[in-house]
Amino acid sequence: MNKQSLFKLATPLLAIAVISGCSDDDDDEEIVIEPLMRSYEVQVVNLTPNQPLSPVAALVHDSTIQAWMLGSPAIVPLEVMAEGGDNSQLLAIEGLWASASGAGVIMPGASETMMLEFEDSVDLNLTLATMLVNTNDAFTGLNSWSIDQLAVGDSWSATTNVYDAGTEANSETAATIPGPAAGGEGYAEARDDVDRVYVHAGVISADDGLTDSALSFSHRFDNPAMKITITRIE
Amino acid sequence: MNKLKFALPAAVMLAAGASANAAQLEISVQNLTHGIHFTPLIIAAHPGDVYMYQTGEAASAALQAMAEGGDISMLEAALDGMPVLSNPAGGLLAPGASTTPMMLDTGEMTYLSLTGMLLPTNDGFVGLDRWMIPSEPGTYTVYLKGYDAGTEANDEIINGGGMSGVPGIPVAPGGDGGTGASGVTSTELNTTVHIHPGVLGDFDPAGGVSDLDPSAHRWLNPVAKLTVTVQ
Repeated sequence: MNKQSLFKLATPLLAIAVISGCSDDDDDEEIVIEPLMRSYEVQVVNLTPNQPLSPVAALVHDSTIQAWMLGSPAIVPLEVMAEGGDNSQLLAIEGLWASASGAGVIMPGASETMMLEFEDSVDLNLTLATMLVNTNDAFTGLNSWSIDQLAVGDSWSATTNVYDAGTEANSETAATIPGPAAGGEGYAEARDDVDRVYVHAGVISADDGLTDSALSFSHRFDNPAMKITITRIE
Repeated sequence: MNKLKFALPAAVMLAAGASANAAQLEISVQNLTHGIHFTPLIIAAHPGDVYMYQTGEAASAALQAMAEGGDISMLEAALDGMPVLSNPAGGLLAPGASTTPMMLDTGEMTYLSLTGMLLPTNDGFVGLDRWMIPSEPGTYTVYLKGYDAGTEANDEIINGGGMSGVPGIPVAPGGDGGTGASGVTSTELNTTVHIHPGVLGDFDPAGGVSDLDPSAHRWLNPVAKLTVTVQ
C-alpha cells in the first residue's frame, strides 16, 4: 500500500522576480528568474507488528529548530502529536522553511512515499515525527537530519527508535490510548510522567501482568520501529 | 578470563604509537532510560588489542565487579597508564541526566571504550566496546546498548548484594524497588557478555517473583547517548 502526497513550499518567498524595462523605453523587457528548487522523495515503512502510525509530520527547517531533545521536556506541539496523533501544531511551528503532512495513517507493514518540494536554501534539515497510536505517548521519527548531505540522485536510509514524550503516564488504560486498540482520549493537557523525552521502555500489556492495560502482547514493539529512505530528486 | 586482555605490554604500545596524531576529545554521556541509574562510568582510550569486555566472551573479574556492584577500581587498575575518564558524573547518573562535557587527551590511542552498571539490575551495564576514534575533527554521536555481564542470574531480588559472586541487586536508587521477592530465576543461561534481555518485574511491591517494577525499570535499547567532539 503506497500513498503519495505532495509537499509544497510553506514560506512564500519571491518565487518570481519581474524586472521591467526603463520608463523611457516602450519596449517592455521582462526577465523571469526561476527559483532554484529542491525535491526529495521520502519513504517511511512501519516495522511494528500492531502499532499504526499517525499521519507523518514532515518539517524542513534550519538547525535552530528542534522538534524534540532527549532529556528535555517536550514542546506542546510534540506532546499533542505524541498523545493523540494530531500533527497540526508541529506543522505550524513558527520559522519552518516548509512543512507537510503525510496522507494518512500508516498501518503495520505498510509504507508511504511523500514527495517534498521546496525552494533551495542553506542549512536545511528534515524532521519526521509520527505517533505509535496504540500507546499513551510514544512516537518515532527523524530529528533534524541535514539534507544538505545528499547530492542529487543520492539516497540515505535509516531506521528509527521509539521515544516517549514523557508527558503522559504509560497507564495503558483504554481511556488514555487513542488508537484502535482502545479508542480513548488523545491529547490531555496535564503532564503526569517524567516530563522529559526518553527512549521508550516498551509497552507492558495485559498479557504481561498490567491488568488495567487495554493492550495485548501484539502491541509490544522493539527498536527500531520505522524505516526511512530519503532520495534527493532535484 | 580474569584479566583484561593485553596483547602488548603497555610500554611497547606507548613507544610504538609515537608518530600517530594525538587527539583532544570532549566527551559527555546522557542516560536515555526511563528509570535506570548508571553507577560511576569509566571511559578509556586504548589500543585496539585492549578491551573492557567483548560480547560472546566471559567477563573479566574487573568487568564483573563493575557490572554486579558498580565498582570500577579493578578496571581503573587494569587500565593504568592509559587515558581514562573515571566517574565523570561524580556518582550516579540519573535517568535523563548528562555528564558535564570533559576533556580526554587520548595521546596515541586509537580506540575508546566505556562501561557503567545499570542500576537496579543484577549484572547489567551500559557499554561501548572499541569505538575507533575519528581522525577528522567534528562532533560524533554514538548510541549505546545495555549488556548483561553473564556473571549473575537475573533474580531481580534487591538485597544489597553487590559483591562479585553474591546474588541480588545492590539497591534501587530511585527508591522505587520492592521487597520480599522470591526470585525470577537462579540460573544464567548465557555466561558470556551478551545483550541484556531487559527486566521482567512484577506489580507486587511486597512479594511476587521480582523486586523490580515493569512500569519503572524496563528499557529498550539504546540506553545512552555518547557525544564525542574531536578537536
